[in-house]
Amino acid sequence: MATVRIPTPMRRYTNGERVTTVSAGTLAGAIEELGGRYPGLADRLVDGSGQLHQFVNVFVNNQDVRLLEGLATPLDDRAEISIIPAMAGGCGGICVSTPYGR
Amino acid sequence: MSVERLRCRECGAEVPVGPVYVCEICLGPLEAVYDLEALRGLRLRERIEAGPRTLWRYADLLPVAHDPAIDLSAGFTPLVPAPHLGESLGLRWLYVKNDAVNPTWSFKDRAVEIGTATARRFGFEVLACASTGNLANSVAAHAARAGMRACVFVPAGIERGKILASAVYGPTVVEVDGDYDAVNRLCAEIAEEHSWAFLNVNLRPFYGEGGKTLAFEVAEQLGWRAPDAVVVPIASGNLLAKIHRGFQEMTELGLISEAHTRIHGAQPEGCSPVATAFQDGTDRIRPVRPKTIAHSLAIGAPADGRYAIAAARATDGRIEAAAEDEIVEGIELLARTEGIFTETAGGVTVAVLRKLARIGAIDPDDVTVAYITGMGLKTQEALEGALPPSVRIAATLRSFEEAALVHAT
Repeated sequence: MATVRIPTPMRRYTNGERVTTVSAGTLAGAIEELGGRYPGLADRLVDGSGQLHQFVNVFVNNQDVRLLEGLATPLDDRAEISIIPAMAGGCGGICVSTPYGR
Repeated sequence: MSVERLRCRECGAEVPVGPVYVCEICLGPLEAVYDLEALRGLRLRERIEAGPRTLWRYADLLPVAHDPAIDLSAGFTPLVPAPHLGESLGLRWLYVKNDAVNPTWSFKDRAVEIGTATARRFGFEVLACASTGNLANSVAAHAARAGMRACVFVPAGIERGKILASAVYGPTVVEVDGDYDAVNRLCAEIAEEHSWAFLNVNLRPFYGEGGKTLAFEVAEQLGWRAPDAVVVPIASGNLLAKIHRGFQEMTELGLISEAHTRIHGAQPEGCSPVATAFQDGTDRIRPVRPKTIAHSLAIGAPADGRYAIAAARATDGRIEAAAEDEIVEGIELLARTEGIFTETAGGVTVAVLRKLARIGAIDPDDVTVAYITGMGLKTQEALEGALPPSVRIAATLRSFEEAALVHAT
């Protein structure tokens, strides 16, 4: 069984669980499995077009899956999946209107 | 002003301030929420001009109150006219924002003063960061100033000067096997489990605001007007996005008339995922494995890349990349024309500035500012073999004359 580390902002979906396991053979299968077990979680990981969400970085054995095979990245029994929110700072601040252009 | 709420950039959900950086609803980035009406009621320009000659002169526009206990007087660095560099590039109104003139010799001191003040506000005892070097230097120094413990994480194999310039302040320096992206991931995991103030992770909504002051200062130093064009180095992309936002905030608060600044970005070719996405017309960044001498820009999965691209596109700017040899040439060019010795990131900025001038993306009459974010002694390795050897003579007049130095150029 591959292990999955759940980040704090997603633990609301896992009843506070930090670590869980999945038996799927690919990352896509793992996300489906997690979604079945924890309603709402899969939507936090993949967007409407079935791609990994821009604000989520997923690592398999400490490798960014975008540098592996993305959602098709294979998993074996010893695989460790980490889900890490992207550390974006955004570009907001004092003002909320749209950015200026020319 | 001390902000009391954070708002999700993507879905708009608000939460009370705290050491959080991710929206629990959509995982978008959280940002500080200011009381815009209160700011509009202040005589901001006078308050700023009466303030200290540090970034804290903009305290009204920052997310945390000035904290003298951590103040190393970062910011308000020189905006230097660069006529000789300008002449060599065909630019008549070129300026260098020399942010190597900071307490730990890089622009990171801006973010770290704000982040450290925030860490104290939240009662943290340990300061930490994931860094390519400059941020670690600044965190270590500010922790020393604040009497806090520091633990800084850097990729193994960065420049010795950057290790030394952290270690001297007495932090724990952790060299991690892997590149910056691995260090960043590790720190995110540590921050999940341990209550440390990781300035660029769980305090990011505050820390990130430091970049704005590089826009505020340039506009004030130009006589309360925004430049026509700026060139900004891109690592995570956060600085570029924040400089854009800084000019915009000044416009909205009436500090300057409307900004029309083209925001250009600079990356090394050996790590150019943002430049590549920009040129491909997408905002989806494909991560790369960095391979460049510009270690401080070597972030293969830049979290704010899409915001940097949005800022460049919105302002008619461009994002270009510089080859390794152009980076070294850029360092030498700035040093020889203007007497400013910058690190590799500055070499990238100068190289891209040169490229933009050559292709006509910057008009010769544009008021143009190149952001030089760090100092050269930290990345001496980059110049290994690039400079001519010194002349060695005996301590005699004859030896001097034989060396034919009198009329040498």
